[in-house]
Amino acid sequence: MYDVVIVGGGAVGCAAAAELAKYQLKVCLVEKESDVCEGTSKANSAIIHAGFDAEPGTLKAKLNVRGSSMMAELSKKLDFSYRNNGAMVLCFDEAQLGELEKLADRGRQNGVPVEILTGAQAREKEPRLSDEVVYALYAPTSGIVCPFEMTLAFAENAYENGVEFRLSTEVTGIEKTAEGFTVQTDRGSLETKAVFNCAGVYADKLNDMAGGRHFNIIPRKGEYLLMDKDAGTVVSHTIFQLPTKMGKGILVTPTVHGNLLVGPTAQDIDDKENTSTTRDGLAEVRAKGSLSVKDLPFGKVITSFTGLRAVGDTHDFIIEESTEGFFNAAGIESPGLSSAPAIAEMLRELLEKRMVLTPKPDHKDTRKGVTHFAALDRDAQNALIKEIPEYGNIVCRCETVTEGEILDAIQRPLGATTLDGVKRRTRAGMGRCQAGFCSPKTILLLAEKLGVGIGDIRKNGRGEVHEDA
Amino acid sequence: MREFDLVIVGGGPAGMAAAVAARTKGLENILILERDSELGGILNQCIHNGFGLHTFKEELTGPEYAERYAEQVEAMEIPVETDTMVLDISKDKTVTILSRKRGVEQIQAKAVILAMGCRERPRGALNIPGYRPQGVYTAGTAQKLVNCEGYVPGKEVVILGSGDIGLIMARRMTLEGAKVRAVVELMPYSSGLKRNIVQCLDDYGIPLMLSHTVVDIKGKEKLEGVTVAAVDSTNTPIEGSEEYFPCDTLLLSCGLIPENELSRSCGVDIDPRTNGPLVDEGLETSIDGVFACGNVLHVHDLVDFVSEESARAGESAVDYIRRGCTPDSTAAIKVIPQNGVRYTVPSQIHTADLLGDVHIRFRVTGVFKDCAIVIKAGDTELVRRKNRILVPSEMLDIIIKEEKLAAVTEDITVAIEEV
Repeated sequence: MYDVVIVGGGAVGCAAAAELAKYQLKVCLVEKESDVCEGTSKANSAIIHAGFDAEPGTLKAKLNVRGSSMMAELSKKLDFSYRNNGAMVLCFDEAQLGELEKLADRGRQNGVPVEILTGAQAREKEPRLSDEVVYALYAPTSGIVCPFEMTLAFAENAYENGVEFRLSTEVTGIEKTAEGFTVQTDRGSLETKAVFNCAGVYADKLNDMAGGRHFNIIPRKGEYLLMDKDAGTVVSHTIFQLPTKMGKGILVTPTVHGNLLVGPTAQDIDDKENTSTTRDGLAEVRAKGSLSVKDLPFGKVITSFTGLRAVGDTHDFIIEESTEGFFNAAGIESPGLSSAPAIAEMLRELLEKRMVLTPKPDHKDTRKGVTHFAALDRDAQNALIKEIPEYGNIVCRCETVTEGEILDAIQRPLGATTLDGVKRRTRAGMGRCQAGFCSPKTILLLAEKLGVGIGDIRKNGRGEVHEDA
Repeated sequence: MREFDLVIVGGGPAGMAAAVAARTKGLENILILERDSELGGILNQCIHNGFGLHTFKEELTGPEYAERYAEQVEAMEIPVETDTMVLDISKDKTVTILSRKRGVEQIQAKAVILAMGCRERPRGALNIPGYRPQGVYTAGTAQKLVNCEGYVPGKEVVILGSGDIGLIMARRMTLEGAKVRAVVELMPYSSGLKRNIVQCLDDYGIPLMLSHTVVDIKGKEKLEGVTVAAVDSTNTPIEGSEEYFPCDTLLLSCGLIPENELSRSCGVDIDPRTNGPLVDEGLETSIDGVFACGNVLHVHDLVDFVSEESARAGESAVDYIRRGCTPDSTAAIKVIPQNGVRYTVPSQIHTADLLGDVHIRFRVTGVFKDCAIVIKAGDTELVRRKNRILVPSEMLDIIIKEEKLAAVTEDITVAIEEV
């Protein structure tokens, strides 16, 4: 009998797992894909929003501001990449100054430092901004994060503190029992006292299984273009346009690893699996991104992708105990990534009303990620190669990722079993050649360490469970 | 710090030919750095024949061609460090290298030859919409999997782009029992060599769909199929022309990009047309004592020309080392590509310091029939060569005699004229 079964291994589910791991609880996280961070958490803007955008008084406002304030310390303790780069919201029309001021007001009510700049002041901070910019809202506390590293950091920290992970396991039904729930999956059932619903775009389906008050999650498609690191210094801040009811519009931002990201579009769709990009969508990204920043170097695009935001029909995060012992963290669209650790805290607070939580005396609040060879100084690099010679062998030349890092990614707790899993843990294959050169070598390393054939190594998705390879 | 006269970055055909030429000219202290575990570069995965017709007057496979040069390197006892990655080259030619054996190390060179080759244009750079499933590979990645790892990635194949590697892989996949449904090319002409179209597509009944492109990729986890559409003269897909091809593999052969990240960080000026360094007649870049040759300089279609060009770079590097300096660049004339010519290598010539005849290598911008290549210095015609047909897939090479060039003081233009 588990105390809590968490359904969904995205940023929220993994943050919740890390939060619950601080207490003497038996916790299991169930994820339908073969790795954590396979849904919305892997395909988004990777922004830690300052928190000026959300309507004051909403959960989005409260949890964003709280989550964002936790990020710097968490990134150090759990070893994930985060940078406070500041953001601007652009206004292209004198007549829209009122809208910008409204946004600034909201920011102040949410307790977020904001400042309105003239076009000239904005261009002084960010020389490539369009000449059409007349005003800009400046939010110095906005940041950028690596969403893969962050989600993996939560997951690995949870795992090291005793949370069980069942990957490639899909929940097919939930039944109320005398003591709690039976969670049925395609790989057997789990008995638990409580369930956390962190199922992203499927959170409505899961909630229905448990018989909670009905809501809908509408997948909102967002298409992005990612550019080479050559283009990563085009802007240093995250550049938004005035938001609309469909979201924060097309942004232009450096990523925490130094690429340039432009997107997303916003299109509500029915298919919860439709992560395809479209010709029109990518054209829209190019057109609207170009309004904000001059001469965006679209010749330097290295990949395009689509993410699905899990938009709830209540227009706020749905964080509640929907039936006794069944807790929703649903409708976690933007600013979900920013809010994830705060959502986890809130879920824990809700759980505390149901059961006594006793802190774990030997809880480890730090976690060490894959050592990125390229980021070390020369002496540290040589010391590492002396100890583990595989760090002297570069596999991914674009991102300077060594064999040592790839082996670590495969062999560490909750290690990678797919090419994308290696990529998200090490950045191998994430560079300008997009895995052209390194994938054959990475496939060989995966096949060797997992003890399977080359043909069994997948790019991503569901598959066989490799037990702690 | 270890010191070398000449450090060559890359042990593929370019690096080996440069090393052999430098040693032949009497240079002793040479080092070849190779990131792979053996010499040969991309030739090692090119197990088809057709290499060496110009250089050796016989038809060799890629590994055989590489072997010929590797044997010379060995016979000349030129030091090679394999499994060694160059991390950085500084302007003063300090080269930072990484290997399992020696860790991170800095070595000093008097001259450096860049011979890193090129990489394939990935899907993302092509902006093909759709899903991102397993089963989409660049042609070269698939070639490595099939020829070196013995793993055939799929059974039903569509190939986008008609570059030479794509054409070669159409035949290779067919020989491995796969069904290649089509080779789809955006342009109205192939970007591969005629002989490859005949030997790799026509001989196996594989259709080449010119002026077509892939407009959608289906399959969330594994590739299920692609939608192909015709394009108009602006390369925009024509609505209603879509055709769906079920397939489990999509190979991309849509162009090669010289790998100049090291050159850029060293400060070498790059020609935006070739994505390779700007060089003079001795293949010296904008940085004194740094030379470039082979596919890192501009993408070649025949390895024989890579070898020839790289030998020149090796000889020039020896001259530089012996002279201890570079000719004064203000004394150089420009080589300017004009009508129908996309780029030229070199882009400038030091007419006062010529060390032999000068090769001008270039590609045309489109298909030209019954035309002439005209090279002029000011109004004076230096070369006029008639051609029945010129295509962008074939690199052209015009040699101008040293005597002819020595007197030239005006910039040189290279153009295609109709006749």
